[in-house]
Amino acid sequence: MPEVPTNGSSTDFRNEVIRATPGGENLKLCLQCGTCGGSCPSGPDMDYSPRQLFAMIDAGFRDEVLKSNTPWYCVSCYYCTVRCPKEIPITDIMYTLKQMAVKEHLYDDSDAPEWSKSFIGLVETYGRSFELGLATRYHLTHSPLKKFSLGPFAVGMVIKNRLAFLPERIEGINQLQAIMERAKQLEAEL
Amino acid sequence: MAERVGVYICHCGSNIAGKVDVEEVSHWAGEELDNVVVSRDYKFMCSSLGQELIEDDIKNEGLTRIVVGACSPHLHEKTFRRACSNAGLNPYLCQMASLREQVSWVTEDEALATAKSKAMISGAVERVQLHEELEPTEVPVNPHSLVVGGGIAGIQTTLELANSGNPVFLVEREPSIGGHMAQFDKTFPTLDCSACILAPNMSDVSNHPNITLLSYSEVEEVTGFVGNFHVRIRKNARHVIEEDCTGCGICIEKCPKSVIDDVFEAGIGYRKAIYRPFPQAVPKYPVIDTETCIYFEKGTCKACEKFCPTNAIDFEQKDTFIDIDVGNIILATGYDTFDSRKIPQYGYGRLANVFTSLEFERLCNAAGPTDGKIVLRDGVTTPKSVAIIHCVGSRDTRFNAHCSAVCCMSALKFGHLVIEKTGAEVHSFYTDMRPAFKDYEEFYNRLQEEGMHFTRGRVAEVTDVALQPGEEGKLIIQVEDTLIGRQRRVPVDMVILMTALEPKPDAREVGLTFGISCSMAGWFTERHPKLDPVATMTDGIFIAGACQGPKDIPASVSQGAAAAARVLGMISKGAVEIEPIVATIHEERCSGCRICNTLCPFNAIDYMEDKMVSVINQALCKGCGTCVAACPAQAISGAHFSNEQIFAEIEGLLFDVVQGNGGKPVVEEPEAVPA
Amino acid sequence: MKYGYYPGCSLGKSAKPYDDSTKAIADQLGMSFEEIADWNCCGATEYFSLNKTAAYALVARNLALAADQDDLKELVAPCSACYLNLRKTDDYMGKYPKIGALTNEALAAGGLSYEPGSLRVRHLLDVVVEDIGFEGISEKVTNPLTNLWVAPYYGCMVVRPEFGDTDPVDAEYPLTMDHLMETLGATVVDFPLKTHCCGGHMTQISSETAFELIRQLLHSADESNADVIVTICPMCQLNLDAYQTQVNRHFGTNYKLPILYFTQLIGLAMGIPAKKLGIGKEFVSASAALKKIGLEVEEEPAPAGKRKKDDKSLPMPSGRVEG
Repeated sequence: MPEVPTNGSSTDFRNEVIRATPGGENLKLCLQCGTCGGSCPSGPDMDYSPRQLFAMIDAGFRDEVLKSNTPWYCVSCYYCTVRCPKEIPITDIMYTLKQMAVKEHLYDDSDAPEWSKSFIGLVETYGRSFELGLATRYHLTHSPLKKFSLGPFAVGMVIKNRLAFLPERIEGINQLQAIMERAKQLEAEL
Repeated sequence: MAERVGVYICHCGSNIAGKVDVEEVSHWAGEELDNVVVSRDYKFMCSSLGQELIEDDIKNEGLTRIVVGACSPHLHEKTFRRACSNAGLNPYLCQMASLREQVSWVTEDEALATAKSKAMISGAVERVQLHEELEPTEVPVNPHSLVVGGGIAGIQTTLELANSGNPVFLVEREPSIGGHMAQFDKTFPTLDCSACILAPNMSDVSNHPNITLLSYSEVEEVTGFVGNFHVRIRKNARHVIEEDCTGCGICIEKCPKSVIDDVFEAGIGYRKAIYRPFPQAVPKYPVIDTETCIYFEKGTCKACEKFCPTNAIDFEQKDTFIDIDVGNIILATGYDTFDSRKIPQYGYGRLANVFTSLEFERLCNAAGPTDGKIVLRDGVTTPKSVAIIHCVGSRDTRFNAHCSAVCCMSALKFGHLVIEKTGAEVHSFYTDMRPAFKDYEEFYNRLQEEGMHFTRGRVAEVTDVALQPGEEGKLIIQVEDTLIGRQRRVPVDMVILMTALEPKPDAREVGLTFGISCSMAGWFTERHPKLDPVATMTDGIFIAGACQGPKDIPASVSQGAAAAARVLGMISKGAVEIEPIVATIHEERCSGCRICNTLCPFNAIDYMEDKMVSVINQALCKGCGTCVAACPAQAISGAHFSNEQIFAEIEGLLFDVVQGNGGKPVVEEPEAVPA
Repeated sequence: MKYGYYPGCSLGKSAKPYDDSTKAIADQLGMSFEEIADWNCCGATEYFSLNKTAAYALVARNLALAADQDDLKELVAPCSACYLNLRKTDDYMGKYPKIGALTNEALAAGGLSYEPGSLRVRHLLDVVVEDIGFEGISEKVTNPLTNLWVAPYYGCMVVRPEFGDTDPVDAEYPLTMDHLMETLGATVVDFPLKTHCCGGHMTQISSETAFELIRQLLHSADESNADVIVTICPMCQLNLDAYQTQVNRHFGTNYKLPILYFTQLIGLAMGIPAKKLGIGKEFVSASAALKKIGLEVEEEPAPAGKRKKDDKSLPMPSGRVEG
């Protein structure tokens, strides 16, 4: 049976991605040349290369695209963006796909989005990041057995006095929270 | 005596009739407009039957003026003018109203379109009654021609012109003709040796009685107009007296100064300070490069002079200027290649064994720096694996949006040469394979049979950092193999970059010298990309070869021949017609302020010192009207665009204000919107 | 010259040496840093994964505070990710009016606003190289780092993406830090992976991916016989330094490469004591490499002269585009 796009027509999905990404119109010019896939440091570990993802977006495979681990493996190194012969803002498209996947709870690999959420939770509480809090909140709830042993790393950080035990809170935390609330409201209305 | 005007409204199928009520317009014109004695509408006025309508009416109704409401004059002004002259009426007593491009194609509402058509016909009718009979002038065509650029296109064009019996000047900037084709080893798809097929033509050029070859020369200035150009050429000093030089080459042998040849040898070979670009150079006379010659630097050496058996060295030689008169000029100035250092991730300039396509041609060429052996940059080692990267600088909005047309075929050719000469593994990394023309696809099949590997993926990086076993000492191609869908690392010994073809860096200045323009990308602009690729917007200037856009040798040769044919057509006719729609300065009103001189975009206005008035060269004048509008004394009139004619047209357009309909507007005013 | 200073979260603790060394060299080089009062986290690469407008607003609060503080015109961030977020937000707010409007509307809820382009956002390396200049640095060098072999590691986010004012070649193969190290007297090794990614936060998401990237960098520096890798980003420093042992264990390698900040090397060359520059807090100790400083060594003579008679090698094109 030939594959049919799941969820909506192909033009809709591509337009959605383009609208949500600054400079995204160039996605229509994709040559499928593979420079992005070839440059990506995490490329070998992705379900689909960025190039494949763009072909899938064009074909309307919305679910598969948003469920793939590709955007979450993007390290924001921007190699793809500066090398693309059609000047497609690929890293920014990855951010867009991440946002869409989170909004629709459509990701299989739960690690990366949870990491980001934990990070942001702390920033919105204190105004600055707090690694110890992040580590405990995230690693203890995300099958620590899957990861390498954090022990030596954590101990090393403490010994070298590079790990803060208490979080710092900024004075303008209320101001920041007000700004963030409004920003989230505005985003939801988009 | 009143004029007798014939009005013809074309339906143009449904193009005009679909929007404009053509019968109404035609009927109205006959009823309402003064002096219109015949008014018709017809399906296709440009057809022979349509033209015959006009011709018959002129003869039978004694028409003295014709108005045709149809498409744009760009398309059929000539057609209707010819119909008039066939019937014995001066062709300039005909006026077109563009009811298609200016009305039906740009107006939504049918009532408005019909009203606008009536206005335009009325304007044309008023105007045409003030037209004067004009006669085109003829200027003779000088049978001499000038060809600029001695590559394959330029050589082809020169030989065709010369073989027809007409004299030709060929100007070439480098010390020898031959262009890029002289640098190649073999040519695709036949694998002919490039020099073997080129050299006989070069030799013909050098021996031909009708060809004056001006090598190591450049065009400084061009004035004049089609059929009558005056060209000033600078002949750069070779410091070799051509009359005495026998071409023996002892000077080159004895010269102690060796420098990198970054023109002909593409920077991977050496030449002397006195040199011939290559052994089969035409002409055979060497040239002294004054920037590297020891004598010009320090005042010593002079080995060439000492050893020259005919005393042909002249250090004091100066540039000379030659002035020639020609009828037509063909530009065949060729292309340049992309600078791969702009894509640093490919490592050119940093990683020794990354070569450009031109460098590789020189490696393969038997007269090249390695006598035709394909070796690495150490000059000794034969590669066991070679990667060829397509589209370097092409199809890339950051550098050149275009596809360079020849690189896919060149890559196949290189693959063949590597396999034939070294037996190495060859990998092509392409984005699309484009073997588009005769025998090209078959050549692709041949290389598949010879065992060349083709991977679809634009190379991301060329690196020398070995990260896996098998990569030490190699250059590694990192690429997404898009057909498999996996990132791959392919270790090779040598990398060849198929660099983009680009316009020459001074193409715009050169274009300006001849009065032609370049596209945004920098290629010379042809008159029409489909139907007229060798002519330009400037009469008498033609273009041929890669300077018009990237193309292969067969296409360059075809364009060279086409340009020669156009020129020969003009020469055989002997004269060229100049449109009479030009401006004239009325001497008695001219105060000699010279404002018009600098304004003319075609440099058509000269100043007569003795009479202290300006005068227009009617052969150069294109009738743009700039000077007419600018003259503070209104001393210039433009034929076919006099003040009276223009005012008449305006009054005609405003007929509903000026004339009929009892002063009421033609179209009802929209109802006032309630407050 | 006065600069607004945005340290970012890591310079407070995990990258304190970077902060210490920056402040230690500032005076002597004539740079005066004024920390932005009550700055907040820039969101790193995390916020953009969740919510675009919120991500821009988070960064923009800092821009707004800085622009309002004391007439500051220049905002300097030592951390590459902070620099990119600040620069990108300022750039996008100007380039895409919709983003500018939304961000300012969010800022308004906190009583703030920011006019894009009011600040010139810069990375610390750029300030040192452009404003102080190689000559300015050279004048202050009292203890040249002779015979110290350094691999200059730029990482990604300072050189990419380009904001239109840089030579695109620098996105792949920059040379500013190389020249800076040479100005300090060090010997710069060829380090082709100088702008390859260190793995970023992948150490937490998929450690195998990150370890391979870290291994590649260590391997390449090691192959070039570097004594030390010099960085300009706290994330790169952390990844290459703190995870070096894990990487060694994972691949069975034995790298012992200290990772130092460029400001620390500048400080050493200016005769500032190592402790003051935060040296000693690295996981992989720099002490062995630093023993080389202060030794009198003969420099290897540069090869020059004519081509030999039997030299068959072909000439190389020069490395950079001219003009």
